[in-house]
Amino acid sequence: MTQSRRVFLHLAGSAGLSALALVAGLLPRWARAVDSRQAFEATAIPAALKALGLSDPKESAEIVFKAPDIAENGAVVPVEIESKLPHTRALAILVEKNPHVLSAEFALPDGTEPFVATRIKVAESSLIHAVVTTDAGVFYTTKLVKVTLGGCGG
Amino acid sequence: MSDPMRIRAVMLGDQVDVKILMSHVMETGQRKDAEGVVVPAHYIVKVTAQCNGRTVLSADWGASVAKNPYLSFRFKGAAKGDKLTVTWTDTLAGTRTDEATIS
Repeated sequence: MTQSRRVFLHLAGSAGLSALALVAGLLPRWARAVDSRQAFEATAIPAALKALGLSDPKESAEIVFKAPDIAENGAVVPVEIESKLPHTRALAILVEKNPHVLSAEFALPDGTEPFVATRIKVAESSLIHAVVTTDAGVFYTTKLVKVTLGGCGG
Repeated sequence: MSDPMRIRAVMLGDQVDVKILMSHVMETGQRKDAEGVVVPAHYIVKVTAQCNGRTVLSADWGASVAKNPYLSFRFKGAAKGDKLTVTWTDTLAGTRTDEATIS
């Protein structure tokens, strides 16, 4: 445990450095999220978004979010996000009923398509939020995934 | 040391289609073993992909990314034969970098 604490401190330190860079105006606004480990500790979606520096999310039909209706094994749930919104800068996946809601966040540099696919753990049947950060604001869409076998605990 | 990543990077039109399979336990720190002892957290927190000295993807992960993580994304601005380098770092300061050639 001591070691993971050290890692945490190390990460916290690098977050501090990024904050300095932010002050210096070296990083664009959306990049603030990239070093924010705090967001991964959040237990509710509004808190996680706040920690990511995202505010005022609006529902959008321009986000294609694929996830199964029913997941037999919550430990491995395939998800895919594709944004059709212009100037998409980042994608995030949040699971409402997981102990820690934020699963993953992806920063997309210029030239990278607004698409990502991965596999996540879903503890129990839950709404999953796909959050897209663009130059024009924050957008999201949700999908309900029913889990027949939990992804956490044992 | 952990097993190498399996990386596939293929040109699809003007885009590079990337599929990565990492080998990692992704322990959440919430699971208990058979004796009821909590298994300490050990998961990947950061994944970056670089091509021609340019970062093409930067991901931050929590514990709820599935074991042996799969990641797929697409980017432009590379050609056949270019190298794609992928690096991950975990909560116990473990790290691994692997490289693939775009085909």
